[in-house]
Amino acid sequence: MKNTIRQVFHSPKFVVGFCIFMAILLTMLVYPFINPGDPLKMIGLGTFAEPGTYVSMYDSVGAPFSTFKIPDADVKRLDKLLTQEDRAKMREWLELAQVDVSELDVGDMDSLLAMWKQHYDPEIRIPGMIKAVRNYYIRLNNSILSASVSDTLKVTDTDEATGETIEKTKISKTDYVNVDDVANVISLPLGTDNFGRDTLKQLVAACGVSISIGLIAGAVATALGLLLGLLAGYLGGWVDDFIMFFTNIFTVIPSFVLLILINYSINQDQRGAGTVALVIGLTSWVWTTRSVRSQVISLRNRDHVNLSRLSGHSLPRIILTDILPYIASYVMMAFILQVSSGILAEAQLSLLGLGPKTTEVPTLGLMMNWAMLYSAHLNGSWWAYFPVILVIALISFSLNLMNTGLDQVFNPTLRE
Amino acid sequence: MKGYRKYFGKKLFWFGITFIAALLLNFTLPRLMPGDPVSMIVSKQAQGLTEASAVKAIYDNYAKEFGTSKPMIEQFFTYVGNLFKGDMGTSFSQYPRKVADIIGSAVGWTLGLQLPAIIMGWLLGNILGALAAYVRKGFDKVLMPMTLFFSSVPAFGMAVTLLVIFSITLKVTPVAGGYGYDMIPNFSWNFINSVLQHYQLPFWSIVIISIGGQAIGMRSMSIYELNADYVKYARFLGIKDRKIVGYVFRNAMLPQVTGLALSLGTMVGGALVAEIIFSYPGLGTTMYQGIKMMDYPLISGTTLIITVMVLVATFVLDIVYGFIDPRVKAAQFE
Repeated sequence: MKNTIRQVFHSPKFVVGFCIFMAILLTMLVYPFINPGDPLKMIGLGTFAEPGTYVSMYDSVGAPFSTFKIPDADVKRLDKLLTQEDRAKMREWLELAQVDVSELDVGDMDSLLAMWKQHYDPEIRIPGMIKAVRNYYIRLNNSILSASVSDTLKVTDTDEATGETIEKTKISKTDYVNVDDVANVISLPLGTDNFGRDTLKQLVAACGVSISIGLIAGAVATALGLLLGLLAGYLGGWVDDFIMFFTNIFTVIPSFVLLILINYSINQDQRGAGTVALVIGLTSWVWTTRSVRSQVISLRNRDHVNLSRLSGHSLPRIILTDILPYIASYVMMAFILQVSSGILAEAQLSLLGLGPKTTEVPTLGLMMNWAMLYSAHLNGSWWAYFPVILVIALISFSLNLMNTGLDQVFNPTLRE
Repeated sequence: MKGYRKYFGKKLFWFGITFIAALLLNFTLPRLMPGDPVSMIVSKQAQGLTEASAVKAIYDNYAKEFGTSKPMIEQFFTYVGNLFKGDMGTSFSQYPRKVADIIGSAVGWTLGLQLPAIIMGWLLGNILGALAAYVRKGFDKVLMPMTLFFSSVPAFGMAVTLLVIFSITLKVTPVAGGYGYDMIPNFSWNFINSVLQHYQLPFWSIVIISIGGQAIGMRSMSIYELNADYVKYARFLGIKDRKIVGYVFRNAMLPQVTGLALSLGTMVGGALVAEIIFSYPGLGTTMYQGIKMMDYPLISGTTLIITVMVLVATFVLDIVYGFIDPRVKAAQFE
């Protein structure tokens, strides 16, 4: 036993897969302590907030500030303000106003602004330009002016008693607030999803639920497959015929179809993560049964089994001591594959809208489903779906890698 | 040909049995659930409906279609009888279209997409796996983990990733559908061109993920065969390497045909979900619409057709296997 484990951990493929899987498990266990709270709490009001650190504007006004004079601050401010599109539009206006733009480079902020300030006049009416476009240019000009002209911004409030506007504070362009001094800063490394929930926190929780779905499904499928395979292989005769009859049928009927039919028939309120896991397990025992049976048939007439039988050992004892140890490695490999395919099956079912009940637990499939329903892939919110795909791929990659590693250890012809 | 009669007969017998089992499952699974299946379906269907007469009408319609008042056996025979007449009931979400009609228009798209894609993935995977086994070393070390990773990406994940890269960022392929929105299916050059453009992403996403599994299987089989005694003997006799490799890969291919037959169901399932991402007008998308709209007859119809398609494909593969496997061939002429 000890020797086998040592051998297994000498296989580089198994070790790499094992490390990836353990890293995922560790993140799952540790992250909730770093960032505690309900992963399904809706913190944002909008949909799909971009990843990044959010600083409360309200709190930063009152916070203590330091003064810095940074030479290119104005340029950076304008850079952020004017998108590439705005710049192209500015150039377009200048062109329409008969200004010579042949030497103008849109990327060069200074010359563009200089030319804009020199030529732009909201009073000029360009023939053929509709009002909406004209207003757009006026707005653009105003924001350019406010960014480059006024040096301070006043924060005002209305006095409740008198209704007067009172000046609270003045913010100068050179004032900088230390992020540590701001009371409310939220860090969202993966932004928020369509409901305004923290994607990373949800992803970690979903990962845990999905892996346990995979484990339950894998355990059920392996146990059932092992039992049926042992019975069919060892007993033979009509038991074998009977079991193989069903196994042959369910090998060809896609388990995917069965999953859809069964899950559709279970009412939504009864369809928790556990039920889905159980259903997945109950529909994927076929492979294990087939392979266990063929292994057992080849073991059945080995000398040590015959000896055991002649000694009058009971059936359970023969199976436990003379047969199981020989197929244990095989069953382990089958289990690993079942876990990986269970996770995948849950994801596919959820994408079809037949996954676990949607309000209580996050699963990888449900996250994917919501992201797709809100067209995250079409509006560029990569953080809502891409990490999910990556995590599913990594989990099943690590499991497959472990499986290949085990295969090489137990199947000497495949060794390098 | 005569010698094959027993082999084919056996395969055909199993095909028939499995077909009946599939029918039975499709028929019983929704009826096995506790409670009255009709009232369950109706409660789903009638969510939001307040008028009692409307709910009653829906109930009566389903009760008639299911024939729940009669005994199970009789219900089953009515169901099978209707099926053989090509009647799968009426769709609720696309009333008054017949389910058979909706499925009929979707089957072609799914077949046209999945059949070539799976065959292509199988061929490429086998070539890659054989190369990996023959060359070993660098090729094997770099390519195999990569293939394994790609085969671990779920079909829908690959579909979304390709869609975002090629349709949304690079804008070289259309975003969704099987043909342009502004077109009516016909045999013009324009239409075929549009279909081909829409075909690229779904096709390649299925191919890429199916390569991996096949390549890994083929690699193991080839390594196994390359170490077999007959290869050593052939080398000993001085037979050219190229000729030996030919034998080896022919032998390694055989289990791959069976492997394809066995993994067909899983592959088709994944590809059907990938269809949804592209809104490809095939069975996957049809089924998704059915589930979203609680359209029970449509779901039942699509699952049945998918099962039958997989059954037929497996049967055909079994027949092909019988022709190419010398052991089966020899057994027939004993």
